[in-house]
Amino acid sequence: MNDYVIEAYDLTKIYKMGSVEVRALAGVSFKVRRGEVVSIMGPSGSGKSTLMNLIGCLDQPTSGRYILDGEEVSKLKDDQLAEIRNRKVGFVFQSFNLLPRATALANVELPLRYAGVSKGRAERARRALELVGLAERIHHRPNELSGGQQQRVAIARALVNEPAILLADEPTGNLDSKSGKEIMELILTLNRERGTTIIIVTHDPRIAEQTQRVIRLMDGLIVEGGA
Amino acid sequence: MNIAQAIIEALQSLASNKLRSALTILGIVIGVGAVIAMLAVGSGAQQAITGSISGIGTNLLFVFQGNFTEDVRNPKPLTLGDVSAIRDVFLAPSVANAAPVIQGDREVSFSGEQIRSTIYGITPDYLVVRNYHLIEGEPINESHLLERASVALIGPEVADKLFGAREGVVGSTIRIEGQPFRVIGVLEPKGGGAFGSQDNVVLVPFDTAQNRLIRRSRDRVDVIFVSATSPETVRSAADEISQILRERHRTAIGADDFTVFTQDDFIATANTITSVLTIFLGGIAGISLLVGGIGIMNIMLVSVTERTREIGLRKALGARRRDILIQFLTESSLLSLIGGIIGIGLGWLIAFIVGRIAAANNTLLTPVVGVDAILLATLFSTAVGLFFGIYPANRAANLEPVEALRYE
Ligand SMILES: Nc1ncnc2c1ncn2[C@@H]1O[C@H](COP(=O)(O)OP(=O)(O)O)[C@@H](O)[C@H]1O
Ligand SMILES: [Mg+2]
Repeated sequence: MNDYVIEAYDLTKIYKMGSVEVRALAGVSFKVRRGEVVSIMGPSGSGKSTLMNLIGCLDQPTSGRYILDGEEVSKLKDDQLAEIRNRKVGFVFQSFNLLPRATALANVELPLRYAGVSKGRAERARRALELVGLAERIHHRPNELSGGQQQRVAIARALVNEPAILLADEPTGNLDSKSGKEIMELILTLNRERGTTIIIVTHDPRIAEQTQRVIRLMDGLIVEGGA
Repeated sequence: MNIAQAIIEALQSLASNKLRSALTILGIVIGVGAVIAMLAVGSGAQQAITGSISGIGTNLLFVFQGNFTEDVRNPKPLTLGDVSAIRDVFLAPSVANAAPVIQGDREVSFSGEQIRSTIYGITPDYLVVRNYHLIEGEPINESHLLERASVALIGPEVADKLFGAREGVVGSTIRIEGQPFRVIGVLEPKGGGAFGSQDNVVLVPFDTAQNRLIRRSRDRVDVIFVSATSPETVRSAADEISQILRERHRTAIGADDFTVFTQDDFIATANTITSVLTIFLGGIAGISLLVGGIGIMNIMLVSVTERTREIGLRKALGARRRDILIQFLTESSLLSLIGGIIGIGLGWLIAFIVGRIAAANNTLLTPVVGVDAILLATLFSTAVGLFFGIYPANRAANLEPVEALRYE
């Protein structure tokens, strides 16, 4: 198996807004090893989220090659991308993005359902919730949970399919500093104990410090840590 | 995702917005209810009319003056001579009997009670041809005709209205257009007919009517009632009658100036009319179903917009186009299916109430909610949900995950 989970070669992303072109990424190349924890930093508008979208196969680059877990994804169709996202990527969003009507368990089960898993699904979801320390809260709905707990549910949901990478775009941005710290600890523990590859977008230098490598973006280009 | 899960999830989502779902369903309930009720009333009317025509007698034919489908110049009236010719065994071997009738609506009264009834001037053959029986009394006979007697047979409805009873009225004197007539018998009920009640009638001797009530020139006949020798010979009897009348009226070439109707012709005509009526009513009801469908589309579009982020999230977690499509189509189909099922109940109820009202008004209309109507309504309403759900569902399925996740 390949040493690299992510290989990106000269990725660009251009948004067309009417006649104006916004060059969100202007040629980005980098690799991420299996089991690595990488943080992406940069000023607002520098292209961090755009890059995360490409890494997570939510979007296709305008040009460039992208290989995720040994699979060339830049040429895949929408439904194939959906399958890749389902199997290989776990997302953690700044705003949690839980289904408000569903219980924690049902939220965590969702990726398994789209994967077509029916046997042992609830059990797997329950174990993922246990892993993030929410064994007691599996039947709670999001509005019955604190922000930190909601983000834990989101992390459990991101992990339940055992993806190749976990992507977290400012995961602590909506949390108070105490729960933010706890979430970061949880994420780093997952990396240490399970070897999950993790990419975190953050503004917080203290969080970046805890990661093995920092990739710095500026105006759609990598200015540091691309190796 | 399997279907059972999709349904459970769709139900949860619909339940999370109960009022909105209920109102959307109401649109379909009204549409389907209207369709079911209208079809039921339509087919009930059809059965009632067919039934009452069948009640006339299967051997029966009617001969009218004039042509109902083509214009004829100077149509000759039917005469007693025509009647005799039709009764000729050699000219018309398939004819068993023929009875001339003149008729008109007149005032009938008895001690202050006054009603309007159809007066028939008849010969004794009429009772045979029409297969009339009497509840009490005796029929009109030849000597009544010769004497131009002032006697009358009254229909049960007339008896009800004038006397409040169907028996013990023989010997009473009623007045028709102010002239006294002695009641000599009461007819058995024949039921409501397609052409007004067959029970609201007064039968008087032909010659009496001709002279004093209806006033037709000497030989003139309004309708000839003919009975064929058997139900199988009705067609040939019709042909024979046409042949005779063409010869007598000298219309061998060109359009006939008379019309021969058989019971089948009546049923066919009535069916055409009631079918058109049913289609018309059903069509109007169908429009309300269509409006209900547009309501579903409207609500689903709102729902897709509201849940843009949710759709983006689902896609991020691995939902394919198809998964999103199924999710929204399940919701819209469920809305219309639930509406359809309740609507069938409502339609049934309306049909039942219409039947009750008809019964209370002595009309023989029993609305029929057929299995075919139920299947049709269920299929149609689900199809409406699917059809009007396709556009919103497609919209949801085609959302770009990144765009959807950014949506506020
Ligand atoms: N969907 C889009 N349409 C148009 N422009 C976009 C879109 N997404 C991002 N951009 C633009 O691309 C640039 C990079 O955005 P983004 O990746 O969100 O930056 P960051 O996450 O680092 O703040 C910005 O100038 C932003 O306005
Ligand atoms: Mg961003």
